[in-house]
Amino acid sequence: MVTIVVDTKEIQADDGKSVLQTCLEHGIFIPNLCFMKSREHPHASCRLCFVEIYGIDQPVTSCTERVREGLVVLTATARARRLQQAAFKLLMSAHHCRPKACPVRGGCQLIRIARHLKVGLNSQPLERLERAIDEEVDLGLFTYYPFRCVLCGRCVHVCRQRTGHNLLTFAGRGLKTVVALFGGGDLAAAPCRHCGACATVCPTGALVLKGEQGRAASADSSLRAPQIPPR
Amino acid sequence: MNKQEIDARFVSIRREAERRAEHRKREAIPTIYIVMSTCGLASGAAETKHAFEEALSHKGIQARIVPVGCLGHCYAEPLVVIDHPASGFPPICYHQVSAGRARVLVGSYLEEGDPVLEYVLGAMERSDLIPSVMDFPRFSLEQRLVMEHCGHIDPDDIYQYIALGGYSALARVLASEPAEIIHLIETSGLRGRGGAGFPTGRKWSLARASETGGNIAICNADEGDPGAYVDRTILESNPHQLLEGLAICAYAVGATQAIVYVRAEYPLAVQTVKRAIRSAKELSLLGPGILGTPFDLEVSVFEGSGAFVCGEETALIRSIEGRRGMPQHRPPYPVEKGLWGRPTVVNNVKTLSSLPSIVQKGGSWFRAIGTASSPGTAVFSVVGNVRHPGLVEIAMGTSLRTLIFDVCGGIPNKKSFKAVQIGGPSGGCLPESFLDTPIDFDSLRQAGAMMGSGGMVVMDEDSCMVDVARYFLDFTQKESCGKCTFCRIGTRHLLNILDRITKGDGRKEDVELLATLSEDIKNGSLCGLGKTAPNPVLTSLRFFLDEYEAHIKEKRCPALKCRSLTAYYIDLEKCARGCEVCVGCCPVEAIFTTRGRKKGIDQKLCVKCGECLVACPREYDAVVKVSPPGLAPIIERPPDEEKSVGGQG
Ligand SMILES: Cc1cc2nc3c(=O)[nH]c(=O)nc-3n(C[C@H](O)[C@H](O)[C@H](O)COP(=O)(O)O)c2cc1C
Ligand code: SF4
Ligand code: SF4
Ligand code: FES
Repeated sequence: MVTIVVDTKEIQADDGKSVLQTCLEHGIFIPNLCFMKSREHPHASCRLCFVEIYGIDQPVTSCTERVREGLVVLTATARARRLQQAAFKLLMSAHHCRPKACPVRGGCQLIRIARHLKVGLNSQPLERLERAIDEEVDLGLFTYYPFRCVLCGRCVHVCRQRTGHNLLTFAGRGLKTVVALFGGGDLAAAPCRHCGACATVCPTGALVLKGEQGRAASADSSLRAPQIPPR
Repeated sequence: MNKQEIDARFVSIRREAERRAEHRKREAIPTIYIVMSTCGLASGAAETKHAFEEALSHKGIQARIVPVGCLGHCYAEPLVVIDHPASGFPPICYHQVSAGRARVLVGSYLEEGDPVLEYVLGAMERSDLIPSVMDFPRFSLEQRLVMEHCGHIDPDDIYQYIALGGYSALARVLASEPAEIIHLIETSGLRGRGGAGFPTGRKWSLARASETGGNIAICNADEGDPGAYVDRTILESNPHQLLEGLAICAYAVGATQAIVYVRAEYPLAVQTVKRAIRSAKELSLLGPGILGTPFDLEVSVFEGSGAFVCGEETALIRSIEGRRGMPQHRPPYPVEKGLWGRPTVVNNVKTLSSLPSIVQKGGSWFRAIGTASSPGTAVFSVVGNVRHPGLVEIAMGTSLRTLIFDVCGGIPNKKSFKAVQIGGPSGGCLPESFLDTPIDFDSLRQAGAMMGSGGMVVMDEDSCMVDVARYFLDFTQKESCGKCTFCRIGTRHLLNILDRITKGDGRKEDVELLATLSEDIKNGSLCGLGKTAPNPVLTSLRFFLDEYEAHIKEKRCPALKCRSLTAYYIDLEKCARGCEVCVGCCPVEAIFTTRGRKKGIDQKLCVKCGECLVACPREYDAVVKVSPPGLAPIIERPPDEEKSVGGQG
C-alpha cells in the first residue's frame, strides 16, 4: 500500500495499479471508455482519461500511469479537461447519437461522460463527419453498428480472453477502421451462442446480440461496461 | 576466441577480396559501371545496359559491365561511369546515358578513344584532362559516411565491399567485450536516424541490462514517408554495410537473432538484402559461429505490407508477430519487452550503417563530424523544386541554405524559394527566414520541423502552403492506424477544414479551429504518428498565416494553385487575331472566338486545366491566370459564335 493524493483527497492505493482504476475504485470519476481491469497492457485508445500528475509537464492518460508512493494526481485541471473534452467531442463527431433507436437505455457511457464534462452530446464546434462505411453489419449472431462504435477495443479484447482465439479484430485504416470478424468468418459456428461477452462489454450499443434489445446479454456483471460516475 | 584467431580468419577473407580486386585491375579492360538501383532502373538503366552489351558484342570489344547502386544523383540518371585505363583518361562519369548514348560511347570512347565530352558529368578523379566531379559543390560539400560506397560497388559482390575495408569492423568488435562496444557508441554520441534521435548507445545499454534474455536486433527499413527513399537506396546500393552494422549491434546488445524489416513495395531492396545475407553467411560473417567465435547470429528479412504506421517501432513489432500493426503505449519500451516479449533493439538503416566506420575510426573521429549534440552526417532525399534533386549526405550542422542552394543547385526556372518541408508528414515547412537553420535534430525540432527519416521537399513560389498542408494531412489521416481518437478522427477534421479552405469555403473561425485542434491532436495522440501529424498545419499557420487568410477572407490563392480559387482568361490586347492554337488544346471546348476574331474563355465550361496557358505561343503570352476568379473579365460568347467553336476564325 502506498499513499497518493488525488484532487486533494488522500488515498491508500495498491502500488503498481493504474491511476485510473485506483481513482474509480475510490469513487473519483475520470472519463474512460477503453480501460479494462483484465487487460495486462492498457489499450489506451479512447484518450478520455487524461489527468495531470505532479512532476510530469504534460497531461497523461491515467490508465497507463502506475500508482507509486507520493503521487499527486489532478483530474480536472484546465489542461486535462481540455483534452478530455476534445477527445469526447471528436468521438461525438463520428458517433451517430440517435437516442430513440439506441438499444442502450439509461446506461449510455457517452451520456454519463458528457454529464461529467458538462458538455452536450453534439460535437460543436466540430462538424459531424460522414463516413463511407455501412450503417449496419451482420455478424451472424450479432449486429454491428459502426456509427455507434467508439473503437474502444473492449469487445476485441474480451473475445480473445474468453475464447482464446481472436474471432473479432479491427479492420480498415484511418476513419474507416471498424470491428470485424477475423477472416470474415461466421460467429454462428463459434462458441458465441453461450458467450456474448463482446456485446456485454460494449459501452455504446455498437455490438448487439440479435433479438436482444438491451445489451445485458451476459449475466456476468464483472464484464459490465466502464465504470460510471455516481450521480 | 582471441583476437589473433579472429584476425587470422578474417585476413584470409580479406586477402581473397584483394586478390579479386587486383585481378580486375590487371585485366586492364574497360569497366562500365551502370547505376542499377530503383532510381536508375526507373530512368531506363536496364535498356542502357542492354544497349552496352549489344554494342560491345557487335563491335567485338572486351569490357566488363558492373551494375552498381545509387550515387545519389537522381537528376542525372541513368548514370554510367566508364573506367577505360588504356585511354589515358581517369574514370569518367556520364549523365543521362540513354540506349543511344550508350551505343555512341562504345563506338567513340571504347573503340576510338574519344570520351564524348558533351555527355560527361565529370571525371571521378582529379586530373588535368577533364574537370573532376570532386570539385562540384554536389560532391565537395557532401560528406559521405553512410553512403560512402554507394554507387561504387556491386551490391551483390560481397568481396567488393570487403576489399574496401568492409566487415573489418565486425572482426574487431568480435574480439572486444560487448560493454566496450556500447561504451564506444555512447562516446561517439550517435543518435538514431529513424526520426526521434534517441542516443543509440543508451538504447543498447538498456537492452543489454534486461534480464529476460533472448534479445533481438531489428533494422527498421520501413521508410514510409512519401518522397523519402534513402533507406531503400542504401539497401539496394550497399547492403553489406548495413548488415555489418546490424551484426555489431546484435553482438553489443547480446542478440542472437536479427531481422531486417523492409516494406514489400521495395522488391529490389528485399532481394538485394536477401542475397547479401546469403553471401555473408557463406563467408561466416553472419550465421552460426561468426568467424569461428561462439557468436551466432541468425539474420532474416521480414517483408512488411507497407503501412506508414508500421515504421513506428511498437507497431512494427506487432506486425512481425503477425498481428495488426497498431502502436502500443510505451512503456514498456521494446528494449524491455519487445518482439515476442523479448528485449528488442530497433534501429534505423542509417543508424546501423554508421556503425562500421565508428568502430574503425573511433568515437572522437565521429564526434568531430557534425555538431556537438548531433554528431555525424544526415542523409536526405531532396526532391521538389531544386535543380539537382537526389540523395545527399552532409555533415550535421550544415545550413538548409547550403544544402538547397549549393549542394542541390537552388531553385530552377528563375523562380524564388518559398518553403522547405523537412521530415515528411511528421515534419514542418520552414520559410526563407529559416534557411540559415543548421540541420541537426535539436535545431530542426526547435524550428517546428523534424529530422524525420530523410524526406525533404523544396517548394518554389508556385506552391500553395495550405494545399501542401492539405496534401500531408490527406496522407496521415489515411495512414492513421485508427486506434486512438485524436489521430483517427482529429486528423480527418483537419483535412476537411483544409479542404474547404482550398475550395474557397473557408470560414473565419477556421484558423483558430485548426490551431486548437492541432494542439489537441499533438498532445492527445497515442503514438508519434498522431503526435506529429499536425506539424505541417502548425508550421504553415505560423509562417504562412497570410496565405490562409487570403484563402478564407479574399477567396484568393496567392500561389494561384487552388483550382476553385483561380480562373483563366485571355487578354484581348495580347491575343493575336486569327490565332487558333489554344482552341484545339482545350479539353472541354470552353474557348470561343469573339466578335473581333480573338479568343475568349467560357468560365462556366472551363475546368482550369491550364492547357491554354501552356499552348499560347510565347510571343503572344495572352492567357492569364488569376485569383480570385472574379478578377477574370467576363467576355461574352457572341450568340452567333455558339456553333463555330474552333471554326472559321
Ligand atoms: C509514424 C511513425 C513512423 C515511423 N517510421 C519509421 C521509419 O520508416 N523508419 C525508421 O527507422 N523509423 C521510423 N519511426 C521511428 C521508430 O519508431 C523508431 O524510433 C526508430 O526505428 C528507432 O531507430 P533509431 O533509434 O535508429 O532512430 C517511425 C515512427 C513513427 C511514430
Ligand atoms: S463494438 Fe463496442 S466494445 Fe467493440 S470497439 Fe466498438 S464500442 Fe468498443
Ligand atoms: S496516433 Fe494514430 S497511428 Fe498512433 S495509435 Fe493513435 S490512431 Fe494509431
Ligand atoms: S481509458 Fe485511458 S485511454 Fe481510454
